[in-house]
Amino acid sequence: MAIWLNSDSKVIVQGMTGSEGMKHTTRMLASGTDIVGGVNPRKAGQVVDFPGDVQVPVFGTVGEAMEATGANVSVVFVPPAFAKDAVIEAIDAGIPLLVIITEGIAVRDSAEFYNYSKGKSTRIIGPNCPGLISPGKSNAGIIPADISGPGRIGLVSKSGTLTYQMMYELRDFGFSTAVGIGGDPIIGTTHIDCLEAFQNDPETDAIVMIGEIGGDAEERAAAYIKEHVTKPVVGYVAGFTAPEGKTMGHAGAIVSGSAGTAQAKKEALEAAGVKVGKTPSETARLMREIMESMA
Amino acid sequence: MDLFEYQARDLFEAHGVPVLPAEVVTEAADAGPAAERIGAASGGVVVVKAQVKVGGRGKAGGVKLARSPQEAVEAAEQILGMDIKGHTVHKVMIAQGAQIAEEYYFSILLDRANRSYLAMCSKEGGMDIEQLAVERPEALARIEVDPNVGIDDAKAQEIVDAAGFDAETGAAIVPVLKSLWTVYHDEDATLVEVNPLVKTQSGDIVALDGKVSLDANAAFRQPHHAELEDVDASDPLEAAAKEKDLNYVKLDGNVGVIGNGAGLMMSTLDVVAYAGEQYGSSPANFLDIGGGASAEVMANGLHIILSDPQVKSVFVNVFGGITACDAVANGIVGALQKLGDEEDRPLVVRLDGNNVEEGRRILAEFNHPLVTIEETMDGAAAKAAELAAAK
Repeated sequence: MAIWLNSDSKVIVQGMTGSEGMKHTTRMLASGTDIVGGVNPRKAGQVVDFPGDVQVPVFGTVGEAMEATGANVSVVFVPPAFAKDAVIEAIDAGIPLLVIITEGIAVRDSAEFYNYSKGKSTRIIGPNCPGLISPGKSNAGIIPADISGPGRIGLVSKSGTLTYQMMYELRDFGFSTAVGIGGDPIIGTTHIDCLEAFQNDPETDAIVMIGEIGGDAEERAAAYIKEHVTKPVVGYVAGFTAPEGKTMGHAGAIVSGSAGTAQAKKEALEAAGVKVGKTPSETARLMREIMESMA
Repeated sequence: MDLFEYQARDLFEAHGVPVLPAEVVTEAADAGPAAERIGAASGGVVVVKAQVKVGGRGKAGGVKLARSPQEAVEAAEQILGMDIKGHTVHKVMIAQGAQIAEEYYFSILLDRANRSYLAMCSKEGGMDIEQLAVERPEALARIEVDPNVGIDDAKAQEIVDAAGFDAETGAAIVPVLKSLWTVYHDEDATLVEVNPLVKTQSGDIVALDGKVSLDANAAFRQPHHAELEDVDASDPLEAAAKEKDLNYVKLDGNVGVIGNGAGLMMSTLDVVAYAGEQYGSSPANFLDIGGGASAEVMANGLHIILSDPQVKSVFVNVFGGITACDAVANGIVGALQKLGDEEDRPLVVRLDGNNVEEGRRILAEFNHPLVTIEETMDGAAAKAAELAAAK
């Protein structure tokens, strides 16, 4: 099972022939992902060689790639200036899962393509995210596959490196799926979407939710957990020491006035019955206790 | 990037939003001639306004009415150099005086929660809008704006109707809202706010004060935005980091912090702050070297951090996902070799993930007296906090 991504997933890569696309397609293949094609209108018809004697065909459009291969996931490495067109094309082709790794997309473009996708059949993850991995099954994005194997913890995080850190700390338990939803102000899949999917996934027993300063997604996730999530959730929020008005690396990570603080998010999560760790290692310890008590 | 009022005014004017004539001066003496030119059409009356990126200027005495060029010079003398909530006034705007009949409020902003845009409008402008939203939410109309449609005639009419304007005033405001939408869309803004939007005694609608925030990610298609940056105000280390494409934010503490990934770095600052409580240490900066950083990027980052005299120890925290720990280790070695004996501040290094064994081996072999390797993030933070306090 896992969520959204499993061993049946057939993955194409938009922007595969660029340097980032090549590097990460190689890694995804090495971790067992079924990569069935690349998309680049200028290189359609070519075949790209990857290590392990793997040949991946390049298609001119997402639609052609889906028709020829039955692809149901696309991973986007297209540079920011061209990302919106690539995303719209994939939505129009009806790709079920669209993972946008690209960092630095203008928020107007994200607002436009996210609203364009509403009511259509595409789930967008990202942008500015590491993608998602269902260890042992498939890997759509840039999360290193060797950090942790499969298990029964679900993870959702705005941050890539904190995803890696948490997977590493809990690698002896393993993960059903880990989703990096991205640190931009507008993202396609939220904490709540992931919580709902993990709640409904029979292969997930408990959930780690990692948030950070900016916006109120964590507060809304807390309200959702209180109403709808019966599986244990452990939380972590980064950015307690972030000064007001400064963007901390992620475009969306900014405390504006008294809004978006880590303290407010922590309190909201705790009020919803979520145990919140002070540090990544304490968060891992809280999850460890839960998993051990369930064993 | 937040703009000064005069920059917002210029953008408004460029996109056809009605504004009053104005000039910006940095010397009080220049306020006289400016007031003469600007005030000619308003009976000599001008308003001298402090240009600072913070609210509450009026209450702080940063906005003054002047009835003659001489009064304008005096007002500018008083305002220039003034400290408003920690912001020093370096520029004043000399704006034409207006015969205000009514004050309104209008804004368009990015609505993160709904992943859309939101227009807010009120017949009661001029006051603190956050206060109005709390005390009398019914007086503030909130209308969603579809990013793919924007504010057209129908949407503008919907907004003025929701705000409760009479037909005549509403009809006068509609074209102004459409122009403000053009500013928001065409300039890749994340906030356009007009407070107050006024009706003059002659019935004209004018944007009297404006606030605009621009999206830094849109720089590739907005090359002219670079000129709007307030270079004077940026921290010299932040400017140096930006030149090297490093994501750096200066803080007040004594432990320099460097590593990869915005989330891990925010978390590292927190862990250093907790560990530092008992030593009186705290983080000196945020520095994200990004994904897949090379040895050179790591060395550049260390150089920026060690240029800060407040830094007494450095914590290097890397979880190698794409970033290779051996590249990070080589960056540390390179930076320390370059600095030679001049550098005496200790470095605490925690590496995990991609190529960690090789990274640790390189540092162990280098065996530099200033470098301590720690196994865990918590342990390394405690060590760095302790060393900073001991310095």
